[in-house]
Amino acid sequence: MTAALELRDVAQHFGQLKAVDGVSFSVAAGARHAVIGPNGAGKSTLFALIAGTRAATAGAVMLDGEDVSGVPEHRRATLGIVRTFQHSSLFLASTVLENVLLAAQRHAGLSWSMLRPLSRRAALLDGAHDLLQRVGLDERHGARAGALSHGERRQLEVAVALACRPRVLLLDEPAAGMSPAETARFSRLVTELPAEVTVLLVEHDLDVVFGLADTVTVLHLGRHLLTGSPTEVQASSEVQTAYLGAVDSSELFPEAPT
Amino acid sequence: MSPVLVRAVVRRLVGAAVLVVLLALPWLVNAYAISTVSRILVFAALAISVNLLTGVTGLPTLGQSAYFGVGAYTGAIVSTTLSDVGPVQLVLAAGAGALAAAVTGPVAMRARGVAFLMITLAIGEIAYVAAGRLDAVTYGTDGYSGVPAVVPLPGIAPLVIDGLVYYYVLAVFLLLYGLVALLLRSPFGLALRGIRDNEDRLRAVGYPTTAFALAAYCIAGALAGAAGSMWTSAQRFVAPGDLGFDVAALALLAVIIGGLGSMWGASVGAALVVLTRDYLGGYVAGHGLLLLGVLFVVVVYAMPRGLSGVRRPRRTSEVRA
Repeated sequence: MTAALELRDVAQHFGQLKAVDGVSFSVAAGARHAVIGPNGAGKSTLFALIAGTRAATAGAVMLDGEDVSGVPEHRRATLGIVRTFQHSSLFLASTVLENVLLAAQRHAGLSWSMLRPLSRRAALLDGAHDLLQRVGLDERHGARAGALSHGERRQLEVAVALACRPRVLLLDEPAAGMSPAETARFSRLVTELPAEVTVLLVEHDLDVVFGLADTVTVLHLGRHLLTGSPTEVQASSEVQTAYLGAVDSSELFPEAPT
Repeated sequence: MSPVLVRAVVRRLVGAAVLVVLLALPWLVNAYAISTVSRILVFAALAISVNLLTGVTGLPTLGQSAYFGVGAYTGAIVSTTLSDVGPVQLVLAAGAGALAAAVTGPVAMRARGVAFLMITLAIGEIAYVAAGRLDAVTYGTDGYSGVPAVVPLPGIAPLVIDGLVYYYVLAVFLLLYGLVALLLRSPFGLALRGIRDNEDRLRAVGYPTTAFALAAYCIAGALAGAAGSMWTSAQRFVAPGDLGFDVAALALLAVIIGGLGSMWGASVGAALVVLTRDYLGGYVAGHGLLLLGVLFVVVVYAMPRGLSGVRRPRRTSEVRA
């Protein structure tokens, strides 16, 4: 069985800084796969490379065995690689419902439609309301996204991504800033996703990670440290040194100012 | 009744009242005034085109005068060589405007924000200079005269009275207004607002955003072209001055006064701009532009979100829908 997503020596260099330095691992179809690592490990950059927001300096990103490295970001989204953003990136002047509709109409093939009003497209509207119900935002559907609280924006971020009908869903610190109740709802939402949706998740809250993930990849200073089951990762001494800072992190800043 | 419903009813009533006044105008005012209202309607159509780009899609433009000019000259050429039927001129002028936008748009699409504004400004200036130089097509700075009176539909007598020309211009304006209103409520319209709001996110959601922006540019070009054809029908004369920098700047000013993104705001803004320049300007002997400057400053200070922003609910009092 081919992996849903496979990274082959993917790298992103910013001048001297190797933010992502030859990372390879694969994500099985239907996996709940978490990427963890201390700050500066390259997690968010890795997501940008997978989603196509940034072009990788080297290496290949494979979706279902096909190289998508040269495919632009918007095409990757229609192929099924959909990301959320660590810092909520929403359409703040639009309503909550419109945020979801923007994603839903694109993936329903309606985004070029110019004459029939959105308000008459019942199927699209019903689908968007269902999705908002699932993330717990439906009673806020008429509010402008800019008027939402931080936690609500995180929920809307997930709803917009789900409206893209993802095959590989990239969640970048989805629970950051969520209340415990919101985090619990979010975890349930991910658990309830259809099995064919592959989830790749960056998260700092290790309770969320070990509660959801069946596989965990650890990054450290842009390098791949370990991929394994949650128990293997928790037992690894390498991971513990990385997190506890036994490794000299000065190599991050070759010419550190004094 | 709920506040939302009250607002919808009020909007209908105001719309109906405005329509009644517009229809009754030829009986209420003299011929010169009615031709001014015709010019306001043409200018409002141009402002709606600018609003589609600047207010809706978030692309500030000073180049719509170019496509307005393309439409105006196309209308003039069609009327003298092909057909004096208005709708024929209108469709061909809109097509020419869209084509011109499709050719020049990809250059402007490389940039956003102020850089986009500067490229569109250059496009407008090139069109203005070209109109003055291409004597064989435009009759240069002499202007294109000899445009026959417009025939609204085949089989109807040509419209020579200002009041009747006004009705033709009004009908075209209402048609364009309706089409753009429909467009803004469609999925495509929502996508254009998404470009203004957060283009990066829109791309991440799967939109080829530049293609959408270019499509908006071509539609705005078609609209400006149609407005140009209305101009030719109303004035029966086209000169390079009709597509000068001041036309583009005043159209942008009308959109800002009206409030970015609002069609009725752009239309009322266009009326204010034309009336200030042509009527009030007469009272202070040639200082119309100064008055426009004062109007602009007052609006920006007193109504930062323009006329249409005044009645919108404030952010903090946003009700749960």
